[in-house]
Parts: sequence; C-alpha cells; structure tokens
Amino acid sequence: MKKKFWMSLMMAASMMVAAGCGNNSGTGSESEGSGSTTGGGSEEKSYQIAISQIVEHPSLDATREGFIAALKDAGIEENKNLKIDYNNAQGDSTNNLSIAQKISGDSKNDLVLGIATPSALALAQQVKDKPLLFAAVTDPLGAKLVTDMDKPGGNVTGASDTNPEAIVQLADFIAKNLPDVKTVGLVINEGEPNAVVMADNAEKALATHNIKLVKAPVTNTSEVKQATDSLVGKVDAFYITLDNSVVSAVDTIIQTANSNKIPFFSSDRDTVEKGAFATVGFKYYDHGYQVGEMAADILKNGTKPGDMKVTVPDKLDLILNLKAAEAQGITVTDEMKAEVKDQENNIIQ
Amino acid sequence: MSISWNSIEGAIELGLLYALMALGVYITFRILDFPDLTVDGSFTTGGAIAAVMISNDFSPWLACLAAMAGGMVAGACTGLLHTKGKINGLLSGILMMIALYSINMRILGAPNKSIMGMDNPFSGEHVMVLIIIVVLVFKIMLDLFMKTDIGLALRATGDNKRMIRSFGANTDVTTIVGVSLSNGLVALSGAFIAQQSGFADITMGIGMIVIGLASVIIGEAILGARTVFWATLAAIVGSIIYRIVVALALQVEWFDTSDLKLITAVIVIIALVFPTMQRSMKQRSLARKRTEELMRSGGQQAKGGM
Repeated sequence: MKKKFWMSLMMAASMMVAAGCGNNSGTGSESEGSGSTTGGGSEEKSYQIAISQIVEHPSLDATREGFIAALKDAGIEENKNLKIDYNNAQGDSTNNLSIAQKISGDSKNDLVLGIATPSALALAQQVKDKPLLFAAVTDPLGAKLVTDMDKPGGNVTGASDTNPEAIVQLADFIAKNLPDVKTVGLVINEGEPNAVVMADNAEKALATHNIKLVKAPVTNTSEVKQATDSLVGKVDAFYITLDNSVVSAVDTIIQTANSNKIPFFSSDRDTVEKGAFATVGFKYYDHGYQVGEMAADILKNGTKPGDMKVTVPDKLDLILNLKAAEAQGITVTDEMKAEVKDQENNIIQ
Repeated sequence: MSISWNSIEGAIELGLLYALMALGVYITFRILDFPDLTVDGSFTTGGAIAAVMISNDFSPWLACLAAMAGGMVAGACTGLLHTKGKINGLLSGILMMIALYSINMRILGAPNKSIMGMDNPFSGEHVMVLIIIVVLVFKIMLDLFMKTDIGLALRATGDNKRMIRSFGANTDVTTIVGVSLSNGLVALSGAFIAQQSGFADITMGIGMIVIGLASVIIGEAILGARTVFWATLAAIVGSIIYRIVVALALQVEWFDTSDLKLITAVIVIIALVFPTMQRSMKQRSLARKRTEELMRSGGQQAKGGM
C-alpha cells in the first residue's frame, strides 16, 4: 500500500510536470503487438481491441473472458497478435465517461467493446468511426444503442443478455413443480436498468400462474440483507434478476434462504453454482463468447457491424443445484431433473 | 506510452463541463462556508430533467434552464432545512441528497435514460468553443453577482454571520439564495454532461462533491483566491486539471482504474500541503534573517551595553 502510494505520488507529480513523457511499461507491450516479424507468423496482421467495463462483477468478468476466448479460438490471441486495452470504471460514472473519451482518442483500436449498458452508451456517443460491440446489455433498443435488432445500421451491434423466454420457462417450472408457491419475493435495486426490465417480465410471467411478486427495494449492496430479511414470512420463494448490486450480495440471500427453508431462484448460472436452487439461464461466458465470434468476423472478414443482427442467448437450459435444494428443504423429483436438457453440466451436485 | 492529443482535448471538454459544478461547490464551501452535500443528488437531478425533456422533443436550451431551476429548488430546500428547520448544515445536505435519489428516479422513470442520436448542442464533435463561451458567461455573471448588494451580503454571511446581521442583513435569506444558486449551477453541469455523454444515469452524481472540492482546491493552489474573479477562475482551471490528470492516469499501463480515487486524494493532499509548506518556508527564512539582524545589532549593543 505504502509503496503504491509513493508510486502514485511520483506518477501524479511526473504527469503534472511532463505530460507526454514515454513510459517503458507501455512501449514494451506495444512493440510486441506492432506486427513486426516475431518468429512464427510473419504475415499475420495484429489487432488492438479496447474494452470498457462498468464494474468488476462475476457475470461481467465471465463475459469478458468468453469474449477473449472466442477471439483466441479464431486465431486472434492476446500477447501474440492482439493487444487488449482493458478499462474498468469501478462503478463510477465520471470514470466511465473519461474511459470512453480515452478509447475514442486512440486511433490504434481496430474494435471497441462495451460491457454493460452505461459503458456501451458512453462509448456509442464517442466512438463513431470504429466497429463497436456491446455485451451484457439488457435492452439495446430502449437504450437507443441500436434502432433495429436485425439490421442495426451504424457501427454498433452486439449481444443482449436477456432472453425473455427464460423467465417464462422458470415461472412454468415453479408453477408445475412447487404448487405451494403463491408469492415470490424479489430483492431489487431499481437503479439498474436491467433489473427493472427483468422484474417487469417476471411479474407478467408469474401472474399467468396467479403467483404474486413482492418487491423489496435496495439502493446498494449493504442493504440487501435487511431487504431479504423483510421478505421472510411474507413469501414462499425468493427470486433475483441480473441485478449487479444484488448479485454481488447473493451470499447473504443464500444464507437467509437456507436458514428459513425458502426456495431461491435466480437469473444466471453463476448464482446457482454459488447456492441458489434453480434458474433457466445461460453462462455469461457463452454470452461473451458469442460477442467474441462477432468480433472475429468483423476483424478477419471485414463484416460491417451494421449488417450483423443483435444476438440473444440461445442456449437456454434449466440449471439445478441439488445441494442447495437440500439446504432449502426442496425434494428434487425425477420430473424436475427430466426438464434439464444437459444433465451432465446443468445438474450441480 | 504516447499521450494522444485527442484524449487531452476530451479531458479539457469534460473539465469545462464539470467546471460549472465546481463553481457551485465554490459558492457553498468557500463563500458561504457551508458544507453542502446536496450536490451528489442535484447533479443527477439536472441530468435527469434535461434527458427527459430532450427525449420529449423540448429544446435542449430550455431543458438546460429547467434543469437549473430544478437544481435551484433542491438547493433552496437544503437552505430552508438548515436555516428555518435549524438542522445541522451537513445533515440537511445529506437528507436532501437521499431524498433526491427517489425524486430523480421519479423524474427519469427508469435508472438510465438514453438520448443517443438526438441532436443537442453538446453532443457534436467540436463543441469546445461553445462550451468555453457558456462557462465563461456563467463565470462572469457569477463575478458580477458577487459585487451586488445581495452578493456582498452573501459573502459576508460566510465570513461573519453575527456582524452582517448587526448591519441588518437577513442571513437566512442569503444562505438560501447561496445554496440554491450553487445547486442550480451543479444541476446545469449535470444537464450538460447528460447531453455530452448521450444519457442520464441514476448514479451519475455519486462522488460529485469530492470532484468539486478537489477542483476548487487544486485551482486555488495554482492560481490563488485573492479576489472572487481569481477564485472562480481557479475553480474552472482546477476542474480542467483534475480531468487531465484522470485522462493521463488512464493512459498509464500499470495503473488500475481503481487507483483513480487514490490519485485524487494525493492530488488534493499535495494541493493543500504545498501552500502551507511554502508559507512555513518563507517564515523560516524570514525568521533566520531576523535572527541574523538581531545578532548583528545585538552584538553591537552588547559591546556598548556592559
């Protein structure tokens, strides 16, 4: 810490004094990816991709990993013929704007990726002349990132992380297998665009089975425990959306669910692996991989983003966690298991 | 590492847009001596009002005015809580800030409102000249306001409440006017930022007060604050420098974005400590001179005295 402090102090001071002095750590990696003949691939073109991500968060990180993996499988590998400029705004709006400006000012970028709505929006306003992809955006149309999901037009396309079918299938599963569930409690931060969209969809889907959705609002991670506790005794099951603040505090909901024997349904695979009982979902890694494939197509074949339709997660499956079921007092029947398509990966022991 | 002029230009642009917010913070913290935390909420209020109005096809300039009015109302509420409600200044700002979170959500209707692709004066490529003009106009207007009777009363309120009351000025009114004006500028800054970035977000005001303070303090350390003219200029320059430093920090490979807050803290610490160190150095050298003089004259006296 102390060392870092002095380093930052020196850095800040030297930056104030001499803006524009080269620094060695940067030039080293630049020469690596400058396309000069480095042993093997002498005719290989090298690329630079800039990534802006709003906050550090398991799902968003998995998205980024999937994106990079897809590029690698397409022969575009980091530290070989790809330089990645990764920026994280740490949840800070002003940093997010500064990052977008920095990325748009760097002419070396061949492609830009924005992970989550605020990052994608800030980039879309600044980056007009480079292909811009977005990932982990719930409602690209509502955010005005694209005007048409099938033919986006401009320089922007990507993948939405919401398949509206997912919550419908989950609601069907709950109604069919857990008939005692009449009310579902939702802890939600209504300050997050994706959470609001998904909560509306969940309300509609559950209503078709006469199940009521009860919301407990939070504004940040520290309020999640109290909100969850407030639902105990009022609801027969918990549900959460892809709500960054709530997902970050998912452990406390799992604790409450286990100690009160309340079935806990979530919206992504990662939380089920952690200890929620079930979801109909996909892996964020796969979601990122989808976007990575789009990126490879743009870089290698020169496909225009405007001609690529916005994708949604297509590998939906029921995912069950048997340990969590035991902890939450749920008997997992064979019928439930039969609904899982990929039993090997999606029934978590 | 090569610093691209583009990102520096962008940083100056952002710095100018945030400068109005820094001016607002200067009014409360430096002139009124009132620790106003409403800023984190009222900044978002401005952005929210502007984004909603623009997406409903109102003129962007009208949207800016409405945003400023919204911020002024929020500030007036804080001022009322403090003066008429006799609530501690820090607390009244905090109360208003958390109240505004819900109000802003109501205004926006969703956590994030995009105005992407809608024409407005601040979303173009080269808007530097326009932004400079707007910021300078507000700076000059603020300077002139501080020379009027009410402006002078406002400045005196921050210096010595009891004295100015004895002259017949109503310090409650001046406090409300000051906090209101401050938050009006903050909201206007929020409106500009929303237009420049193409969206308003419920979290856009978080941490704003720290950035505003940092801007004011950095500017003062560089330009000083001898008169209102220089102090307001300092707030603007400080805001720009803060943004440039952030832009440079982003260019450095081994810096994480999470280090930005630390950098901010370090810059503010340097800005605060530097003038004090200068002063103490001056005093020390003065003391040394005095001692030498005394020694000389004392030595002569000693010869004659004994």
